[in-house]
This record gives sequence, C-alpha cells and structure tokens, in this order.
Amino acid sequence: MRTVTLIRVAGRSILKNKMRTLLTMLGIIIGVGAVILMVAIGAGAQKQVEDQIYSLGTNMIVITPGSTTQSGVSQGAQSFNRLTVEDADMLREQSFLLSGVSPVIVTRTQAIGGEGNWRCFVFGVHPDYQTIRDWGLESGVFFDASDIRAMRKVVVLGKTVADVLFPDGDAVGQQVQLRHVPFRVVGVLESKGQTAEGSDQDDIVLAPYTTVQNRLSGRMFIAQILAGAFSPEEIESAQTEIAAILRESHGLGSSEPDDFTVKNQADLAEAAQETTEIMTILLSAIASISLVVGGIGIMNIMLVSVTERTREIGLRLALGARGVDVLTQFLVESVVMSVAGGLMGVAFGFAGSALLGAFTGWKTVISPATVLLALVFAAAVGVFFGYYPARRAASLDPIEALRYE
Amino acid sequence: MDAARVIQARGLTKVYRMGANEVLAISEISLDVEPGEMVAIMGASGSGKSTLMNILGCLDRPTSGEYLLAGTRVDKLGKNELANIRNEKIGFVFQTYNLLPRTSALENVELPLLYDRTGRTLPTRRMALDALERVGLGDRAAHDPSELSGGQQQRVAIARALVTGPSLLLADEPTGNLDTRTSLEVMELFQELNDGGTTILIVTHEPDIALYTRRIVELRDGRVVRDVPVEKRRAASEDVRKLSAMQTAGAP
Repeated sequence: MRTVTLIRVAGRSILKNKMRTLLTMLGIIIGVGAVILMVAIGAGAQKQVEDQIYSLGTNMIVITPGSTTQSGVSQGAQSFNRLTVEDADMLREQSFLLSGVSPVIVTRTQAIGGEGNWRCFVFGVHPDYQTIRDWGLESGVFFDASDIRAMRKVVVLGKTVADVLFPDGDAVGQQVQLRHVPFRVVGVLESKGQTAEGSDQDDIVLAPYTTVQNRLSGRMFIAQILAGAFSPEEIESAQTEIAAILRESHGLGSSEPDDFTVKNQADLAEAAQETTEIMTILLSAIASISLVVGGIGIMNIMLVSVTERTREIGLRLALGARGVDVLTQFLVESVVMSVAGGLMGVAFGFAGSALLGAFTGWKTVISPATVLLALVFAAAVGVFFGYYPARRAASLDPIEALRYE
Repeated sequence: MDAARVIQARGLTKVYRMGANEVLAISEISLDVEPGEMVAIMGASGSGKSTLMNILGCLDRPTSGEYLLAGTRVDKLGKNELANIRNEKIGFVFQTYNLLPRTSALENVELPLLYDRTGRTLPTRRMALDALERVGLGDRAAHDPSELSGGQQQRVAIARALVTGPSLLLADEPTGNLDTRTSLEVMELFQELNDGGTTILIVTHEPDIALYTRRIVELRDGRVVRDVPVEKRRAASEDVRKLSAMQTAGAP
C-alpha cells in the first residue's frame, strides 16, 4: 500500500471514533504541552541567569587568589592571597592578548555626602575596569591613567549610591567623604541591576586603585584582577597566557600547582546554570511521565480497537493484505494519533507559557529544538506503544478472524 | 498444456491437532474445475466443506495433497505468497458481506486494489466504479453500507470480489442471510456473471440454491460422496419473475 493511502486509511479510521480518539490523544496533548511548558520555564530561567552573567562585561576574565599548600596540607581557597597590584601591572606590560587589566581592591566604608551617608563597597580599580565590564556612564567621565599616577581623590558612583546620596540629581562635581577623606565625584555609572546571586551591582563606589591603597586606611584586600580579551575566540588563549605570566611572576616550579584561578564568564555562567539545568531536567522528567502515561492510553485503545476490528482484519487478510500491511496500518494509526496529539500539545504549550508569562512575569523561552524534540518524542511514543497492538493484529489467523463474533 | 484448469486438486487432506487427538477434516479430496464452471459445494455442517473452502481459497494449506490454482502450485506457499495469490486470483463473497462500516460502497470495492503488489499503477476509482456498475449499483457508489439493503450489501461485496478480475469467485453461503426473493436476485447476478465467463464456486447447504449452478459436489465426513452435473439448471431470473407475479396476485 502506498504511504499516502496508508495515512489516509489511518486518518479515516481514527476519525470514525472522534470522541474516543480525542480522549486518547488527550494524554499526549497534556504530556507534550507539559514538556514544552516546563522546558520553556527552565530555559527562561537559564536565559535570565545567562543575561545576568554576561551583564558583568563581555570577554571578561576573572583572576582570583587560589589555594596554597603548606607541607602537603591544602589551606583551602584564598588561604594565602598572593595576588598583588604588581601582578596586574605585569599582565598589562607582558601580555599580547589582553585588551585591558585592572586590579580590584575591595574595602567597605561609610560614604558621606549630599543628603546623608551610606555604607557601601569601595572598589579601587584601573580605568580599564570600565571597558572590561562594558559599563557606560550616566553622566560625567571615568577617571583616567593620569588620575591613577597622581593618586587623585576622585570617584565614580554606582547608580544606587548616587541616588541615595544625591537624590535631587546630578552628583557630578559634588563631594563625598570616604573615611574622612574628601573625594570629588567625576562620574555616575549606568545601572546594571542585580547579579545572578541577587546582590546589587550598582551599590558601589569606584576610585583609582592607587588612591584607595594609599589614602584610605583600614582593612582591604585585592579580591580579584579583571582582564579583558579582544574577542570571545581569544578568551581561552588569553587565559593560558595569563596563567603563564602569573606562574613566572610567582616563581612557581613546574610541579607546583597554580596559586590562583583564572576563569571566564562561560565558567561562571556554567556554575550558575547548573542549578537551573537541574531544575529543567527535573521539570521535564516529571512532564515526560505524563507523556508515557499518554502512550499507555494509546496502547490501551489500540488493543481495544484491534479486538473490535478483528473481522475487518480478517477481511483485509482474505483480500490479500499481508501481515506487514496490517501491522503498518495499525502502527500508522497510533503514530498519526500521537503526532496529531503532539501538535495540539505544542499549541497548548505555547499558549500555556504565554499565559504564565503574562500572569507571573516569568521569562519563558521556547526553542524550535524543544518543539521538534517533543514531536519526535510523541511519535516515538506512538511507535513504541502502538507496536504491540499492531503486532497482535498482524499475527491474527485470517480464518479465525473472519469467524470472530 | 491447454488453458489451465481453475482448480486442479489431488488428494487434499487436512488434519487438525486438538490436544492429543487428531481430527481428519477432509480426506483425499480430488477436484477439477474448468474455466466458466459454476459449482455448488454442499454438505451438512461438519462435512468438511468449510475446511475445503479455506484451502481452495488459499486461506489455509492442506496437510498433504497437491493443489494448482489457475496453473500455479499453491499448496506449499508461505503466508505472504498466499496473500498475493488471494489478492490476484480469488474473489471472496461471505455470508455476512463483511463490508467495512462507515466506508462508502466505492471505497469498499476499491479495498482489494490497495493491496495490489504487482507494481502497476491502477485507476482504482475507475475500476471500482466499473465493478459496481456490473452488479447494478453504479448509482449507489457514495452510500455507506448502513444505507443499503442486505441484497445491495451483498452486491457490493460481489463487486469487491470482481474488481481484481480474479480467476475464481468463491462464495461462502452467499444467500444465508437473505430472504427468498433477495437470494434469487443474488443468484440471478451470479448466473449473469457465470454466463459472462466467470468461474464461480458456491458453498451452500441449501439444495434450492444449488439447483441454480451447473454442477453439485457433495461432501460427507470429509469425502466427496457425489459429483454430478445439474440436469436442468434453473434460471433465477425466471423464478424472480414468477415470485413477483405470485406476490402481485396474492395481494388484495
């Protein structure tokens, strides 16, 4: 029998029992719809995390202090901070693959100025910090290399800090006191929002790292060195270069492990994505169960159908159908049913995620791959659960099938 | 060799195994049917006529014996080859018509053509319509079986049996579910087809029906006990006319 004829015959016999077919397909419809919806939610969450990670800056490489080992005992991460401002200088001088390097010296203090005071992080950074993190200014300018050399007392305020201290408007040109040292505000950063972990990126004051080191007293440490690669393709080789330069600068022998860690955003994103990925897998696994249950529904109805149509099968065999013709007919019926259910399920998935997005504000993402996968899975369910009933139909004896009451 | 016999069977025997017992359904049956014959196979239930029909219809294989259908040896063929033979060479007519419900007469008649495996491209619609016209139902092609009378349904079934142009038309109690008048009409159709050259084998237990054929083969306990030509074949068309006249006269 020709394929077209097969599908037509299958379609017709499915349509003969509209109500039953619809109820049977409902399992697949719900299953596929649920899979699409769940994956959409998972992928949406993942996308959100990704966006947050990449809001840190493009092509960014983060160097953090690593662990040290003393007499064979690991002291754990950041046990002995060997990252220095000199490391950052050396990277800037020696590397070919980096567009910029900036140490990040972190301290926390009360900022006083304008309308009041605010406790926040102060980052001592190099002007490269702005380009590496791809952070625009809302007003004013960023401090430059001459400010670094002259250790000028200038700051750039994060949006949150600027809003708290100068709620009336332009902070540029105003004064802010950090640990009793007066600083002049030269610029205000654009808002970047929250990080993946939920901390406010705008709650920050940036100052030249030389100034922070020399003019501010108190506890401070070099939390990280940020570096930027020229392009995403070069990130990996840039990381290798950084490691080589730092190993030499730290005088590490070839058998000694690194005492620092070099990571790029992909690594950071990966870590953050792991959670959302697990969530996606879990959700879609639960949704898949309903797809399997839908498949069992199809098998059940196909078995009933084979019994009901025993005489028809006998007749077809008598008229010259071979076992394989009957097998194919029933298999096509169950696949047509499951794929049709799958298509409806896709429609429901789309509608469901649009509704969910509208009501909860959750981000949902449906990719063509998800839709295709769900449909293929639905078809596979049709084949898998349709095979046994079809096999049974094909193996009927024509004489007995014709005599069946 | 002259034009092949439609049926040439030698020593057909079928043994069924039922647990430890062996049941001999038919034993050493030999039968020749020439093209253009119309044969009635008669016998009480249990005489083995169903078994013989299943074997002659290539639905089953004999335990032993030799069977040539239209010149082809078929007694040793496998399942799929038998399916091909059934499709190409045999047209079945059943007591209960066995039409597909909720499927038009035309599509019912078309059904055997869908299983054609000779690789030809067939004008299946056209052929089905021609067959329906041959049984006088050309105007009912779009009707579902439920919209047709018993006699009409059986005619559709006969059209379905004819559509592939088979060597042999095999009818199993074709009038068993019909009243006298409709039975006569169906027999009239069979006689017309036979006059046109179609070879027909009718399995029946009604002696009246057998009288419309040209030859009667009677079975008892799995053996042929009588094989005689019908001396004076009755014409079904005349009997239909007589019946009509009688009914008109009997009416008040």
